[in-house]
Amino acid sequence: MTDLPPVNEKYTGTIGEVVLGKGDYIVGGAKGMPFLSFEHRTNRRPIVAGEVYDTLVDYPELAANMFDGRQKDPVEWAYMWKTLGVDMICVRLASLDPAKGGTTPEAAAELVKKISDKTGLPIIVSGCGILDIDIPAFTAISAAVTDSRLILSKVDEDEYKKLATVAIANNHVIIGFANLDVNLSKQMNILLTDFGVKKENILTDPLMAPLGMGLDYSYSVNERIRISGLMGDKMLQQPLICDCTDSWNVSDAINEEDPSLGDARLRATWWEAMTAMSAIVSGADMVIMRGPGAADMVLGYCDELRDVI
Amino acid sequence: MPTAIEFFKLLPKTNCKDCGQPTCLAFAMLLSNQKAKIEDCPHVKQEAKETLAEASAPPVKTVDVGGIKMGGETVLYRHERRFNNPIAYALTVSDSLDSVAIAERVAYIKSLAFDRVGMIFKADMASIRNDSGDAENFARAVKDVCSAWDGPIVIESTDAACIEAAVKATDRKPLIYGADKDRLEAYVNIAKENKCPLALICDGPEGAVELVEAAEKMGFQDIILDLSAQNLKETLEEQTIVRRAAIKKKFKPFAYPMMNKVGSGEYAVATAVMSTLKYGSLVIFDDLKNYEALPLFTLRQNIYTDPQVPIQVKQDLYPIGNPDEHSPIMFTTNFSLTYFTVRADIEKSKIPVWLQIVNTEGLSVLTAYSAGKFEPERIADAFAESGVLSKSDGPVIIPGLVTRISGKLQELIGRKVVVGTNESRDIPKHLRELTSQ
Ligand code: SF4
Repeated sequence: MTDLPPVNEKYTGTIGEVVLGKGDYIVGGAKGMPFLSFEHRTNRRPIVAGEVYDTLVDYPELAANMFDGRQKDPVEWAYMWKTLGVDMICVRLASLDPAKGGTTPEAAAELVKKISDKTGLPIIVSGCGILDIDIPAFTAISAAVTDSRLILSKVDEDEYKKLATVAIANNHVIIGFANLDVNLSKQMNILLTDFGVKKENILTDPLMAPLGMGLDYSYSVNERIRISGLMGDKMLQQPLICDCTDSWNVSDAINEEDPSLGDARLRATWWEAMTAMSAIVSGADMVIMRGPGAADMVLGYCDELRDVI
Repeated sequence: MPTAIEFFKLLPKTNCKDCGQPTCLAFAMLLSNQKAKIEDCPHVKQEAKETLAEASAPPVKTVDVGGIKMGGETVLYRHERRFNNPIAYALTVSDSLDSVAIAERVAYIKSLAFDRVGMIFKADMASIRNDSGDAENFARAVKDVCSAWDGPIVIESTDAACIEAAVKATDRKPLIYGADKDRLEAYVNIAKENKCPLALICDGPEGAVELVEAAEKMGFQDIILDLSAQNLKETLEEQTIVRRAAIKKKFKPFAYPMMNKVGSGEYAVATAVMSTLKYGSLVIFDDLKNYEALPLFTLRQNIYTDPQVPIQVKQDLYPIGNPDEHSPIMFTTNFSLTYFTVRADIEKSKIPVWLQIVNTEGLSVLTAYSAGKFEPERIADAFAESGVLSKSDGPVIIPGLVTRISGKLQELIGRKVVVGTNESRDIPKHLRELTSQ
């Protein structure tokens, strides 16, 4: 019988590590393509974050119904995620937007602090998308939460200095966003490190487009970033964070009118789970999830796929 | 593919021009570009032909399974080149069902079909399983399925006599599932005789080498490999090992498509997802629900698209269906998926529309809006650039998701703005209501 040829790749690069929360979670560190133990043995798996909102304006009802009413209180909601076993909470402060409640920076900081204290988990904080409103809020939050390293989400190449300054001041982690563009991802890392953010404080968000809405692009962008990093490109070695929650905005996923498509909640759950599986197989070191069922699947699969030495 | 020089070395170098080329070198260059076939040179020696065939064979063979091409891949990552032959999905039909129940089962398999922006996503194959252990009954079940199902089929049995009866019951060339070590010789003989493809049920990659080499020794190559992976991790790792060895090391025993039998339920679907992402060519389910099928079929479509198609469309005015000076004006972002979805839904309405695409650097509507790239100023600039407002006095429709900027936009363009739908799929209904007023 002919012997099997060796198929291990000899990579020279290592993906960076980012320490989160109270130092109890580390993301990154890959030395090979995901989950291939014959190439690189590790028992670290991708980190799974559960998403909560501080307002349910614009939050899809199909998803809201899965949280037994606890979605009405973001602290309870976050705690429910913890009991489901996720590693992290993603807090979306949509109500900072005056059109959705106009929460003050102080109130936002208090909420994030409460969630951090109650769950003990690392937190990703995302604002309302209006920079002038988000910056004061991020400033208040990062000063209020000092016993846990936060992830501040997120900056692009046009406007990164203000939020980077906030992150540097309190040694929090920042996400550099690049819209499905390998070169831009690299550029973001260069801009942020030139500005003074340490590499161990930067995550890359390559934009995880959901299934049916550009997942094909994201899947390949993730693979290209990861392969370049492993081949030694030092400016493409930040851990990748993939937000899979947009799956719940895809009309095929949530269509409740066409009975031939089957149960919408189960379908949307699969939509997000398949988006997340595509993310972790193509290189994601961290995923953000909306549905508890999908998050549970991904946690289980990650546990199985990693190598427990 | 060998280089021109490698081809040249194997040619007679007489420049006799019988191939239609002025010189052997010119012919060698065509060969290396796959623009000529070695048979076009009548003087090349048999052994040279074999050497060439060996060197130029694709790293993964293409196996025809009842009209579905499996394998034929040349790369490990889809960004290098488009994956060639999409994975197929099959559902089992038990031969312990009576004819009426089989008809129902086939109807169910057929119901897993979805029309998606002009593409049909569907289950590809029926896999008839010999639960009864009875040859005659198995043949009857194959006939029942074939009378209701036009597509390719798989026949599953561990008994050579049953396989033989089933193969004889149809003129299709079913995939035979499958031969393990013990059944290899008998099954290869049946497959060879009837020109059917055969699945080899292997004990992982190492087991595959043994079985493939034995089958090849019998002169048989229409092989699909089932590595018998027991879980997600084995599926990922073993299929990666096999495909890497085939493509990067030209390891001949692995130059075949791979398949999985997954059962039913959540874990089965997850395994199918893994196989779809990582080099599988066929998955057989015991069952698959519609809410599992649509996302899975969508995933397959995504993974097998051409990675070279740009993600952005050009900022421009796109007339859809001959719009005139009163036709509605719609606009959206230049993310290609947004554009194609909106365009398809407008076409569905059969109402002519001027569609203005705004450069949002490839972001979808909501993402572009929150990134500040879908602002009223930007939209007004695009309108001015294309002159659409002077082409039609029809209503200007704003995507429902960004209603909040309609006031500002109205101010900037000096025209009333009508609020459109949140979802692209509601566009036809909205357009019809709007134009009937
Ligand atoms: S037919 Fe063959 S030998 Fe003659 S010129 Fe062409 S390649 Fe050369």
